[in-house]
Amino acid sequence: MIEFQAVTKRYPDGTVAVDNLDLTVEDGGITVFVGPSGCGKTTSLRMINRMIDPTAGRILLDGKDVRESQPARLRRGIGYVIQHAGLFPHRTVLDNVATVPVLTGAGRRAARSRATELLDLVGLPAGLAKRYPAQLSGGQQQRVGVARALAADPPVLLMDEPFSAVDPIVRDDLQQQLLRLQSELDKTIVFVTHDIDEAIKLGDRVAVFRVGGVLAQYDSPAALLAKPADEFVSSFIGRDRGYRALGFLAAKGIDLAPVARVPVGTPVSEARAKLTDGWAVVVDESGRPLGWVSEDVLSAMDSSDAVGSDDLISGGTLYRVDAEGGGTAGTLRNALDAALSSPARLGIAVDAAGAVVGGISADTVLGALAAARDSGEVPI
Amino acid sequence: MDQGPGRDGAPVNVFELVWAWLTDPENWQKNFRDLGIPARILEHLTYTGLAIVFAVMIAVPIGIYVGHTGRGGFLVVGVANWFRALPELGLVILLVLAMGVALALQALTIVLVALAIPPLLAGTYSGLRNVDPEVVDAARGMGMRERDIVWRVEVPIALPLMLGGLRTATLQVIATASIAAYMGLGGLGRYVIDGQRFGTLEGYTMMAGGAVLIAALAIVVELTLAGVQRLVVSPGLRNRKFSRRETRVRTKPVEKTEVAIS
Amino acid sequence: MRWIWDHIEELLATSWVHLGLALIPVLVGLLISIPLGWVAHHWRTARAILVPVSSLLYTIPSLALFVLMPLVLGTRILDPINVQAALTIYTVALLVRSVADSLDATPKDVIAAATAIGYGPTRRFFAVEFPLSVPVLVAGVRVAAVSNISLVSVGAIIGVGGLGLYLTAGAQLTPPNYAEIIAGIVLIVLLALIVDGLLVLLGRLLTPWTRARAGTVRR
Repeated sequence: MIEFQAVTKRYPDGTVAVDNLDLTVEDGGITVFVGPSGCGKTTSLRMINRMIDPTAGRILLDGKDVRESQPARLRRGIGYVIQHAGLFPHRTVLDNVATVPVLTGAGRRAARSRATELLDLVGLPAGLAKRYPAQLSGGQQQRVGVARALAADPPVLLMDEPFSAVDPIVRDDLQQQLLRLQSELDKTIVFVTHDIDEAIKLGDRVAVFRVGGVLAQYDSPAALLAKPADEFVSSFIGRDRGYRALGFLAAKGIDLAPVARVPVGTPVSEARAKLTDGWAVVVDESGRPLGWVSEDVLSAMDSSDAVGSDDLISGGTLYRVDAEGGGTAGTLRNALDAALSSPARLGIAVDAAGAVVGGISADTVLGALAAARDSGEVPI
Repeated sequence: MDQGPGRDGAPVNVFELVWAWLTDPENWQKNFRDLGIPARILEHLTYTGLAIVFAVMIAVPIGIYVGHTGRGGFLVVGVANWFRALPELGLVILLVLAMGVALALQALTIVLVALAIPPLLAGTYSGLRNVDPEVVDAARGMGMRERDIVWRVEVPIALPLMLGGLRTATLQVIATASIAAYMGLGGLGRYVIDGQRFGTLEGYTMMAGGAVLIAALAIVVELTLAGVQRLVVSPGLRNRKFSRRETRVRTKPVEKTEVAIS
Repeated sequence: MRWIWDHIEELLATSWVHLGLALIPVLVGLLISIPLGWVAHHWRTARAILVPVSSLLYTIPSLALFVLMPLVLGTRILDPINVQAALTIYTVALLVRSVADSLDATPKDVIAAATAIGYGPTRRFFAVEFPLSVPVLVAGVRVAAVSNISLVSVGAIIGVGGLGLYLTAGAQLTPPNYAEIIAGIVLIVLLALIVDGLLVLLGRLLTPWTRARAGTVRR
């Protein structure tokens, strides 16, 4: 557990980077520090491993003031990941990851085999071990950085904007990977970012900082979206707050509407007979959706023809009923988006195998939201 | 002067003469005129080696300290650039005369060390300054002690520029050691000075021969050091351009104190 | 000190000679290096030949090169042309690499923008690529100029004129004329510093965009 007690950092020229911070980071979860430039989030993070020392107040790590430990020794027990990874260019990837174990006295061979395990854990191919950082892509370098931080199996991991320097697709991938890792390893992670969406996506608890080092709100992401503490937090969170909040409500037990299913290759006349409300979803042999056909499309075709994949209208996003394998499937937001993005009035619901199990309408989702409010699931 | 009248009046090819001088086995062993080429080479290398060793012992620690802490960098850059202006001949003459002929070797060494320090200092300093600050931050954040950060991270990364400084310094010293003969010392410069005293074609042949030897020695030493650099520098550091960072934006421009060759 | 005052005119005259010996090679060398550097920048095989050869030539100590020039050029040994030719070679060896590197370092988006605007390759070179490489060139020319001023003095060993002659003349007297020697050294260093300073000013004049900094434009 990490405790900030009345922590202040004031610089000689008068700037206050952190202003009287009181905050407790619970064990075993991802706590995100988020805010605009100059809000003190990075400064606060760096005070945990004594890269910066506070001007006033103290920081306790598992009950012990960090100032009582010798800096180098303290840091060996804390993982540290920074924005551009900061890999040692003169060492191979493997030796980079093995750095802290060697530093703490492990033999080189033991350290290297541990490093190999970690490279596998972060999803890097074994062939990269003998390469040098300059030969890796940005995303790969970040993963090595994470592996290096985990090498000595520290209970605490500090991450300073680790995914900010890569492109959005790679970033998404790295975020998924972090969530996966965390579910396996259950570390105490303190994560700094300037991106509120990243904070909401990753954080179990999110601390929003204001410029000048003041803590504005410290809450769960759902509470943050539902009840921002003030004007600043609300505008920092941005638009579509309500819609994004739906992402935290599970859509279990939501009623599915019946939807017409037409296997691909069905003759047009048969297909026309099956249409419900003028629409049907075309599926493959496994029942997976390929697209929609409508009354208009079918009437323009020859009755003797069969429904082929060229005739389809593309569908919207899919709502996964079973949220297996992680991700944001199975939430009300997911269901609503499926309904809204569909060309027909129904969104397509699929099971874990991807086969169509039914349709979902926007009304049903909003009804489920009302029910959630009534039952107290939505934070007020 | 590749054709000139020889002693018997027939035109002579000076290239051939020089080649003959260089391949004459008598010149390669001690004879009545001179100690022989191998001995001169050894003298030259000794002057060079001695000076470089002392210069490294002085310049590298200072360069590492200033490069790691960043204090005094301005001084280093300034000094390194201005030293290039000092005339080698003048320094050699001045010091040998001032200290007396008996201490000629010591005087020469002082001059050589003084000339070798600026490039070594500049190379070491800029090598350490050019280490990515994020790498140093990561190293510190991982729990490395300051001295480990310097020796295990900063110096290995700075090695290419440090060795560049060493190469420049060595060349400078070899060149100045060639002049040492003017003040009565040995080395390959001996052939240039002695040959000049004869004043004839035969004399010029000796001068040119000496010049070829000096050039060859310099090239061989440079190639050897380049080879050492290849061996010693981590493969992960090859092909790095220091003046271009396309992947990140730096707020401070990268400092280069010398226009480095190769 | 008296000696210096007595010979002040002679010293100044020799300084001019010295500057000529040192700086004409810089000018000639620069003029040769620019096209050569462009060639090295443009064709990879040219670069693969020119750069190592330059490095090799630069490695040769000045005394050796001065002595070998008569052999190569067919001149008398006392001809100052030997020193100037050798210094031109050094300058070219130094600057070819500078020119090639600085052309390589021109930001690609600037070149693309210039081409898109409609500059043909030649005009683009003179209007965009070359001006942007001036700072690096100026740095190289400074090194070349300062080294040359110092190296001319080595020519005194083989009897070529310039301030180096004061060094050798002073040394040959018994007792040695320290005033002459020190005057020689000081003047050489002074010349080098003055020339360096002038080149810095010239560089700033030629590149007004490097002087401007964000926030200096008043609204």
